[in-house]
Amino acid sequence: MTYEAWSQFAQTWGTVYFVAIFAGALVYALWPRNGRDFRRAAQLPIREKEDGDDRPLA
Amino acid sequence: MAASVSGSQGPDSSTLMVGLVMIAVLILGISGAVNAADWAFGVHAGMFAAAAAIALAGLLFWHEQTDPPQRFDPKIYEEGIVKAGIAATMFWGVAGFLVGLVIALQLTWPNLFYFPDLGWTNFGRMRPLHTSAVVFAFGGNALIVTSFYVVQRTCRTRLAGGMWPWFVFWGYQLFIVVAGTGYLMGVTQSKEYAEPEWYADIWLTIVWVAYLCVFLATILRRKEKHIYVANWFYLAFIVTIALLHIVNNLSLPSSWAASKSFSAFSGVQSALIQWWYGHNAVGFFLTAGFLAIVYYFIPKRVERPVWSYRLSIVHFWSLIFIYIWAGPHHLHYTALPQWAQTLGMTFSIMLWMPSWGGMINGLMTLSGAWDKLRTDPVVRMLVVSVAFYGMATFEGPAMSVREVNALSHYTDWGIGHVHSGALGWVGFVSFGAMYCLTQWVWKRERLYSNALVEWHFWIATLGIVLYITSMWVSGIMEGLMWRAYNEYGFLEYSFIETVSAKHISYVIRALGGGLYLLGALIMIYNLVRTARGDVPADERRRKPSAPSLQPAK
Repeated sequence: MTYEAWSQFAQTWGTVYFVAIFAGALVYALWPRNGRDFRRAAQLPIREKEDGDDRPLA
Repeated sequence: MAASVSGSQGPDSSTLMVGLVMIAVLILGISGAVNAADWAFGVHAGMFAAAAAIALAGLLFWHEQTDPPQRFDPKIYEEGIVKAGIAATMFWGVAGFLVGLVIALQLTWPNLFYFPDLGWTNFGRMRPLHTSAVVFAFGGNALIVTSFYVVQRTCRTRLAGGMWPWFVFWGYQLFIVVAGTGYLMGVTQSKEYAEPEWYADIWLTIVWVAYLCVFLATILRRKEKHIYVANWFYLAFIVTIALLHIVNNLSLPSSWAASKSFSAFSGVQSALIQWWYGHNAVGFFLTAGFLAIVYYFIPKRVERPVWSYRLSIVHFWSLIFIYIWAGPHHLHYTALPQWAQTLGMTFSIMLWMPSWGGMINGLMTLSGAWDKLRTDPVVRMLVVSVAFYGMATFEGPAMSVREVNALSHYTDWGIGHVHSGALGWVGFVSFGAMYCLTQWVWKRERLYSNALVEWHFWIATLGIVLYITSMWVSGIMEGLMWRAYNEYGFLEYSFIETVSAKHISYVIRALGGGLYLLGALIMIYNLVRTARGDVPADERRRKPSAPSLQPAK
């Protein structure tokens, strides 16, 4: 394969690939039903106080 | 990564494996020192051997002193390594700031700090020492210690890997010492942020892969279904730095016992790979890693969840997807094809959006808790760091535009820009995190003195303002002087005129750096008193039995 053919392939399909997985990440972040999980996840640093100081399993 | 807990009386497998690695390092170090082709390599090989011998003695001592059930107890968090990390962060911070002050004074009064017989005091050797000390030693330790704390807490599990986290910690300190002493002896690859030679690079690769394994193994052991967003930022930092470090440092040593190597790349390819590395060291070391600190420490300190968790995910992925392409803006007007320069510039401008999205997310986390800005100086430090993040990520894309770069490149404007990011953003967010961590891991109700945090905050802020304003003035001035023509079409100024015109700015810059160092020393005093559990100064004065009206702070 020549340099031109490689770069043609990479520039075309690389763009499609990156746009597709980035779109996937956006869909995941904005999907309405994930809101409940995200609200719970956002509480993670704050909630731990109630779990005890340095005993994760106790 | 071996499972760390065993009921047997013998050493656990992780300690055994770390011990075997140390024996290998000891053998290689001794043979390297004996066969060294040059003086510096002999010193470094001896350093590796000595470090391995001390580590082996330490492992044996630790093994004799602890009962097997106490070792790596999965029911409690690993906090010893957090305490060690805080100490390392502050030690290297002060060392790095001090070297920075020395080289600022060297630039201001060259004759005062000129020692022809002491090559290691030369500006050219001290400058990379300063850069690496603040970025990799201070910043790197801050990232390692906070990541070890945050991943345990948000995964509700002890740090995985038994002895391996300690291997990562001490292995990283060894890398710092080898790199720093190398610069002073003149051992360098001459690549910005990537100066250490091949053997230090290989050692860092081993340490870094162990770091990645410890972090991933802890995440795999998590008791929470969701992986908190801060861990995503830490993971991106660890994985990307591994990739950048390995590719940019591909080289062939001139001999297996020599401190000189030759890069696998040359010409413009070498330059492009170097700045792909260099800019992503900014993007993934100095940005993604410290954003992880923002996403954990600000919500935790103000007891409010992050403003928008959805935005944090969008922030993460857009930062990752865009940053990696921005490097070519370091190579405007070079042999790099113009389309590649333009690509780097375009992606740099696109970075405005995720950067400011992240800044807004961090600031708005204080919604409903803005009063803490007034009452808790640690919160103020964290919030001001986010504001500096916003400012530096606004200035950076502006400077990446080719026409702006024509003025700013090679001038002190660039120095001012990186220091508003380094002192304001990276420094302040690390200070805020260290204040929090010291209070948390030593189980103190509060810091020894909030008043001293106030002093630190204001002294350091004044230092930053002096630093960046003086560098803006001197940078834009020298940029304009370089391009000034007289009526005959000749350059208006000789180069030395542009240098001497900056003298007053250099005095102000050194003063600003000195203030920043002073603030860090006040902080260390405060942290030591907090860790010792001393009664806070203003509480001793206050009579607990006589309630009185408290003035507003």
